[in-house]
Amino acid sequence: MNPKTTRRRFIKGVIASGAAATTSTIWFAANGQDKPAGAVERMIRINVNGQVRTVDVAPQETLASTLRYKLGLTGTKLGCNRGECGACTVLVDDVPSYACSVLTHSVKNQVVETVEGLESANGTLHPVQQAFVEELSPQCGYCTPGQVMSAVGLLRSNPNPTREEARQGMAGNICRCGSYDSYLNGVMRAADIG
Amino acid sequence: MAYMHIGKDFVPQDVPGKVTGRIKYSEDYARDGMVYARLLTSPVPHGRVVDIDASEALAMDGVIGILTADDVYPDGEPQSPGLKVLTNEPTLIGEPILAIAAVDEKTAEDAMMKISLTIERLPFALDPLDSLVEGGPDAYNGGNTFVFRQGFASEKWSSDQVAAFRSGSEPTAEAQQSWEYGDLAAGFAASDFVYETNFSTAGYPHMSMEPRSAMSYWENGKCYLHGTSQSLTAVAEGLAGIVGVPLEDFVFVNEATGGGFGQRARAGSIPILAVPAKLSQKINRPVMMRVTREEEFTIGGARQGLQGWIKVGFKADGAMAAMDMYCVSDNGGKGGGGDANSAAGGVSALYQTEAMRFRNTSIGTNTGHRGAQRGPGENQIMAVLAPIMDKAAEDLGLDRLEIRKLNAAQNGDVSGPRSQPFTSAYMPEALEMGAAQFDWETKRSRSRQTDGSKVRGLGIGQGYHNAGRSGMDGLIRMLPNGRLQIHNGVGNLGTYSYASTSRAAAEVLKMDWANCDVITGRTDRHLPISSPQDGSNSIFTNTRTCYGAAQDMLGKMKEIAAADLGGDVADYDIDGSRVFQMADTSVGMTYAEVATRGLELGGKYTGEAELPEELNVVTALAVERLAGSALMGVYHDPRHNNNPPGFTVTFMEIELDKETGKFDILDLVTIAECGTVVHPQGLANQLRGGAVWGIGLSAYERHLYDPQNGLPASSGYWQSKIPTYLDTPENIGTGWVDLPDPENPVGARGIGEPSMGAVSAALNAAISDALDGHLFNAAPVTADMIINHVAGISENSVPLAQNNFRG
Repeated sequence: MNPKTTRRRFIKGVIASGAAATTSTIWFAANGQDKPAGAVERMIRINVNGQVRTVDVAPQETLASTLRYKLGLTGTKLGCNRGECGACTVLVDDVPSYACSVLTHSVKNQVVETVEGLESANGTLHPVQQAFVEELSPQCGYCTPGQVMSAVGLLRSNPNPTREEARQGMAGNICRCGSYDSYLNGVMRAADIG
Repeated sequence: MAYMHIGKDFVPQDVPGKVTGRIKYSEDYARDGMVYARLLTSPVPHGRVVDIDASEALAMDGVIGILTADDVYPDGEPQSPGLKVLTNEPTLIGEPILAIAAVDEKTAEDAMMKISLTIERLPFALDPLDSLVEGGPDAYNGGNTFVFRQGFASEKWSSDQVAAFRSGSEPTAEAQQSWEYGDLAAGFAASDFVYETNFSTAGYPHMSMEPRSAMSYWENGKCYLHGTSQSLTAVAEGLAGIVGVPLEDFVFVNEATGGGFGQRARAGSIPILAVPAKLSQKINRPVMMRVTREEEFTIGGARQGLQGWIKVGFKADGAMAAMDMYCVSDNGGKGGGGDANSAAGGVSALYQTEAMRFRNTSIGTNTGHRGAQRGPGENQIMAVLAPIMDKAAEDLGLDRLEIRKLNAAQNGDVSGPRSQPFTSAYMPEALEMGAAQFDWETKRSRSRQTDGSKVRGLGIGQGYHNAGRSGMDGLIRMLPNGRLQIHNGVGNLGTYSYASTSRAAAEVLKMDWANCDVITGRTDRHLPISSPQDGSNSIFTNTRTCYGAAQDMLGKMKEIAAADLGGDVADYDIDGSRVFQMADTSVGMTYAEVATRGLELGGKYTGEAELPEELNVVTALAVERLAGSALMGVYHDPRHNNNPPGFTVTFMEIELDKETGKFDILDLVTIAECGTVVHPQGLANQLRGGAVWGIGLSAYERHLYDPQNGLPASSGYWQSKIPTYLDTPENIGTGWVDLPDPENPVGARGIGEPSMGAVSAALNAAISDALDGHLFNAAPVTADMIINHVAGISENSVPLAQNNFRG
């Protein structure tokens, strides 16, 4: 297995990048609706899907909140907002990361990719997206953007995973519909066509 | 029969939106001027609100308004169990008491902290048996149970009766509910193997990925509600009633739903959606109410837990001669469901029990809102019974597969207290197919083989659910450009049945799918009443309605052609783009021409006359609004005959480590017996997803409460232990019998519920097999239970307890 994509490394990456393990009581503080605190710069520039965006970010604001509620990128879903489900997975410098557990300020100098950034300008789906369509991987679809981003991250670091490696690499994403087998079929198909 | 669409894979129209993130769930919408609502929820498991002082909160900058139970229920709250929009009489920790709206969520949250809530704490119960004991706490105001048409009541047993039940004896108290058929005493007398035990199955939360956030606004007298549901039209009238707006002035928007599993099927299970609607009405601003994972846990529902006693007898040949079942159902804090009754009905159907008695008493606890969850009742009891079937086979010297085939439901069989016949049943065929695909003959010899601390276990499981609603309506339109629009109100939960059932209409009209549109997603697109996507009903029910509407349209198309081109209706046929005379195919009209002509003719051709009298009010409104817009096919589906079952079979091999109590699933094959297959990829997804759910039921999922304070301890994914990639096998084998059912025009029946039950049963049987046939008589069987058994020590929790810290 490619060591870059283990669940342990995934989680460690999240923690190292400035985890804000939110609970319901501080969710709303993380939504960037507070007043400036101290000397932390609020207007920051972040690179999202290849575009540098200037956005007003509170010190404790999570990347998921910034993406969804400031930049309108609602493809990133919040299933738990506490680092358990993976529905909010995005890529930060190619590493799958829980956007609910990453402070936006911590990614100022990094490249963020969301599910909206995968499709080409002419509407061609990313190989992972295309494979997920062909395998009918999603069921309810709420976890799908996170599954897509984890799969993209996995295949960038390990373009030809075994099915077991794919299973390990995707293990940070929950699917309550239980579509794991179909997602793995999609990952393996994407590896074939990618 | 060769079909054009039925049995073929296709790409449902919403799938690209799901992989690109474009499809919108309710929380993804925004509206100019939108404000944000936060919920103040109950801090106690059972209480009564004495006073709410929100003056300081309402005086804050940015706070717009407040909604309380008094606003929602000016004449007093309904005195019945069931979720309320808001309440002053909470019976759950986390139950919403009020909502406050502000310009942003931070302000709303800050305002919440300024509210002074005075609440009287009342006794609470976490275990139905604790409440059943004389003097025990009651979950509700007015008792611990609710009797239909009578109201709240108190059900009490003596402490000796409860103690005897806990220790494994048959309950002696009179049950609230009972039914019986056959000669039970004679059945047991004729039995060569009789097994008697108490058992428990845990309830646990649905944990849909999408919390039930909602957004609402009012415009020109209409209420627009963006919400999350298992149906568009079956909930519309109920939701409109809860909001307090006429159906014709209510628009429900729900393009996609992030999971439901039974708990979003009815308006009564999602009344919280009315909060933003009523707040918006009160403050005249669009309102977004985001629901947190913790809030979703409380109001999002849970499976009923069952504590019971069973006695089952088998004849020497393996036939299940008698079954006596007594359940105490955990109804949770907001009323419950019918799990116990469904469990008993499932036993009767699946094992063709010759004589049976069922008794049940339902008792409330202050633990979550109980209700339907995927295969309610059947899936729990099959997990308990599968190892007992193996025990019977072993004792009687029979093969485990053969005893199941002997008792399996077949065509002509009946089930339940009313001896209702199946519409069709091919369980022996499913068992044979599963055995062949799994290679049971070879693998059976690996049973109980050891390798150090690891041991192999094999299990066979069966699942059942009676699936098939009728009385719904179909509505389709042919536009003047020849496109077919199939209106479907089923809801989009991820089974894709909104699309696959619509293909029955395309099938009748022989149309290319590329020329068809499924109209769905919001009720102002004028949708007929459809079965909710629940209870495995939508495939059976909505193929009937779509097929019927298409037949209506086909008749009208031929009438138009015959009137314009001469001859009789019977002289005409179709080819997917033209209506033509069979004797001279050059004489005909294109679909576009027929649709255009239908528009000119109006009347019955465009929904303005001669409509089915029985149309549901929802459909009638849709037809009225579409009348005159296109050639229309309208159909009301009458009641069908008999019971359309969904059956499944699972074969499983596990390797269990006796040192850790953990196991790996080495092979899993699950077979569907659900009539004609409509959508193979969708069916495979249901089988795989059901398998994951079955693994969760039998090995992992929990409902944990702190006994001191009644605090939920499993409100998140981690604590509730829903299965992950690593808890489930790398591959799940699937297959299907694919024999048509006579009560459905394309031969189809549903499968979503039993796809779980067979796997839960097979897993419990495999665990038992690996432990030399030890019976836990419980679900889940967790690692600590296994370790304790292997170590020869008793369980560290009360065997029958519900909602405890087991596992």
